[in-house]
Amino acid sequence: MSARAARRQIASQVFVVVCGMATLIALFALGLILYSLLKQGIGGLNLAVFTQDTPGPDSAGGLRNAIVGSIMMCGVGMLIALGVGILAGTWLAEIGGDTPYGHAVRFLNDVLLSAPSILVGLFVYQILVFPGPLSLGTYSGWAGAVALAILATPIVTRTTEDILNLQPNALREAGMALGGSQFITIRRIIWKAAGAGLLTGGLLGFSRISGETAPLLFTSLNNNYLDFNMGHFMGSVPVVMYNFALSPYESWNKLAWAGALLVAAAVLAVNIIGRWMAREQTK
Amino acid sequence: MLEAVFRIRELPETCMTPAPTHKTDPFDPIFRYVAFSAATLLLVTLGGIVMSLVVGGWPALSKFGFGFFTSVDWNPVTDVYGAAGPIVGTIVSAFLALAMALPIAIGIAVFITQFAPRALAQPIAIAVELLAGIPSIVYGMWGLFVFAPWFAKHVQVPLMTTFDSNPEGFWAKMFYGIPNGANLFTASVILAIMILPYMAAVFRELFRSIPPQVREAAFGVGATPFEVVTSVIIPYVQKGMVGVIMLGLGRALGETMAVTFIIGNTHLFPKSLFDSSSTLASTIANEFNEATGMHTAALMSLGLVLFLITFSVLAIARWLLSSQRY
Repeated sequence: MSARAARRQIASQVFVVVCGMATLIALFALGLILYSLLKQGIGGLNLAVFTQDTPGPDSAGGLRNAIVGSIMMCGVGMLIALGVGILAGTWLAEIGGDTPYGHAVRFLNDVLLSAPSILVGLFVYQILVFPGPLSLGTYSGWAGAVALAILATPIVTRTTEDILNLQPNALREAGMALGGSQFITIRRIIWKAAGAGLLTGGLLGFSRISGETAPLLFTSLNNNYLDFNMGHFMGSVPVVMYNFALSPYESWNKLAWAGALLVAAAVLAVNIIGRWMAREQTK
Repeated sequence: MLEAVFRIRELPETCMTPAPTHKTDPFDPIFRYVAFSAATLLLVTLGGIVMSLVVGGWPALSKFGFGFFTSVDWNPVTDVYGAAGPIVGTIVSAFLALAMALPIAIGIAVFITQFAPRALAQPIAIAVELLAGIPSIVYGMWGLFVFAPWFAKHVQVPLMTTFDSNPEGFWAKMFYGIPNGANLFTASVILAIMILPYMAAVFRELFRSIPPQVREAAFGVGATPFEVVTSVIIPYVQKGMVGVIMLGLGRALGETMAVTFIIGNTHLFPKSLFDSSSTLASTIANEFNEATGMHTAALMSLGLVLFLITFSVLAIARWLLSSQRY
């Protein structure tokens, strides 16, 4: 082997090692975070977290009101997002996606997909909380749900379009050949064939919004009591985490960690289910 | 032909007329109309975000004029607001985070797509993708409770004492700050850790989109793995890579929770790497619920500035990524 070839080989080996090191460093940092999350989170986790409401400083309590609020707002937000997102995605994939207007919708949807979530909070505050024509006049669970819906809709739209584009045209032709109208073909054949994929999109959207804090700070605010009325202020796990983590009380910090563990676990679980379903679908 | 009938690719108005050769269904136009409205609702939302920020921020913008963007004076007591501090904090922290995350993200993506054995690449790839989904507030809490105290004790204080002897020297100035770990640098590190899995996952997607023949051909003419990556793989997806970098930058610019916990939230220009600072998003998150009148308007204007910065970055990113489709 010539000296030049040897030099090239060595440079290459070094490069492979450097890439491996980069991977190790990243996995190490992320492992550290998961380690503290598990250690501190499990330390703060007990039955009271699920059965009691958020406590005052230095007294015992749990996160029940926040968990209920999170589930309700994410649930309503997801329903809105699924309705709008699936229809918009279907329009892009089946009806108007190739028109200039369709291109504009797709492009701006992609931008909305990664827009800073705090701006969505400001927007919903401005129309639903701040006194105005559409306003509910107060911080409310509904406002929080709308803010979360705005964050999840672009994800659902995007996955719906992608999944529908994967469906073979033979399906559409078969529907037409049987005399079905476009509406019937889409509803009874295309949506059915893409069902698991659409659900995956929903799950991905859900996992994105379940940990969102910034859009809820100015829309649902917080509530220290269990309240099923979405017209009132509403607590949520991320907002409670934010308030409690920044407080000087150790019992509150502990609850914040327990909340962090719950949120992270929920996000991971939903993500894993979504991915597993997507794999089943492509099999 | 059937497909052409089925997918009516005309202007929106024609979306409401029934397909020509087909038996008409009364629900068809309604369905098209509803689907079209849903797509339009997305645009209306985006437009609404801009409008609400402009309307909400207008009192501050008209009162302070262009000075709003150049003044660092942010004082709710005297009701005088200037956005230069948070703007600079946002840009500096985002670029610092990008500088730290980018080489590592590319390293991971190259490692799992090119070098790692399949049995190792698959689990790492899945782990990276799952970590990209962890909410940012979790990263922020880790920064606040674990990283900041550790950093203050084991990095900041030793560095400051090392350069203490010459307080006018460059490094002493660079490392000057309150040794509590809440500063511009630690916020950037947390941001970097947060955008790292996201960027690595998108880079991986990009590298995987390269046809295997390209790589095989490069190996076939005798290139070493290093040369394959640097002379073939990376040039092949150049544009897309810039797009991914912009996506990561967009995320870092707009991130709220990971930063708010740890940046210190002062509104002056950061004077050193370890000085406390603030970003547009962290200022809004911190002050909005206590703000009234002109203060609210000033915060809305910060939102508008943030929107304009992230929108342009993201628009460029999407444009670059969509022009790279193989």
